[in-house]
Amino acid sequence: MSKFRKKKKGMPAVNTAALPDIVFMLLFFFMVTTTMRETSLLIDAPRLPSASEVKKLEHKSLVTTIYVGKAKEAKYGTSYNRIQLNDKISTADDVPAFIINARTKVSEAEIPFMTTSIKADRESSVGTITDIRLKLRDVNALKVSYSASKGVE
Amino acid sequence: MARRENPEINAGSMADIAFLLLIFFLVTTTMNVDSGVSKKLSEKPPADYVPPVIKEKNIFEVNINRNNELLVEGERMEIKDLKEAAIAFIDNGGGVGKVENGVASGPCDYCRGERSEASSDHPNKAIISVQSDRLTEYGTYLTVQNELLRAYAELRNRLSLEKFQIPFAELEEAYKDNSNNESLKKKVDFIKTSYPQIISDAEPTN
Repeated sequence: MSKFRKKKKGMPAVNTAALPDIVFMLLFFFMVTTTMRETSLLIDAPRLPSASEVKKLEHKSLVTTIYVGKAKEAKYGTSYNRIQLNDKISTADDVPAFIINARTKVSEAEIPFMTTSIKADRESSVGTITDIRLKLRDVNALKVSYSASKGVE
Repeated sequence: MARRENPEINAGSMADIAFLLLIFFLVTTTMNVDSGVSKKLSEKPPADYVPPVIKEKNIFEVNINRNNELLVEGERMEIKDLKEAAIAFIDNGGGVGKVENGVASGPCDYCRGERSEASSDHPNKAIISVQSDRLTEYGTYLTVQNELLRAYAELRNRLSLEKFQIPFAELEEAYKDNSNNESLKKKVDFIKTSYPQIISDAEPTN
């Protein structure tokens, strides 16, 4: 009997000294993988249309993004056709300069692989997209990805 | 003064602080991979470019009006029927294919369509032309594009299963993982040239 009692008394606490290490490891993982959004959105986050035949965009550094949607500020009106390039609201005429500027950031050999991702709201009109497309064609930026969320119909 | 032994710093709350930071980063992390419907735009034609004459029967005309309604080959259609109609058109195989580098592709021997005289000659001649209004909603436009791509995907998949007993998506995946493999490349290229995606965007109407 006395032997049992002795054992119960000597129950050691679980050693939690390594817990911070584990947590720090996780912490560093998430810190490294986190990408903060570089450009703040001046338009309402586009409600992307859904599609089933989507492809993932690889090589993030080769992707330039054009946002189309409704401006947050009231002075730009309420239509869903405002275009955001970098961090200001622009028109389709500014697209070539934007693309050429983006090209300076990658090496020459990679320019043909650059993709323009158009993130447009589902209520934007095709006319706006066409304007952008024509401007992209003018500067030979021929790879386009219409951003869409993967969905089953 | 009697120097006492340094008391150990209590590190018990260290885990709490780390957890707090961890949760912050967990919440702010966005691991979204950008995905979308990719398209290759056609190059800008030179000023004196004369478009080639294409037979009416080789063009599949899709019109989207400003009320997001579909007019396909002159008839109204629901989006859900578009894929079937596109497949019937592409896969018709009523004539001979185009002549490329002096090599005629001849009649389509893998097509399963009706081989009607009034529809497309060969998948490599079949052109899908999408015309939309400037005021068409982008969502509808993309849905239409997606349906057309699905039609191609289904045909390619069927051919791939027939010839190589493997779905086309898996074949492409295998090629991506092993891009030096010549036989895989040949297979992928064969399927792609058998059913080339020819979707053209006509200038929108006002």
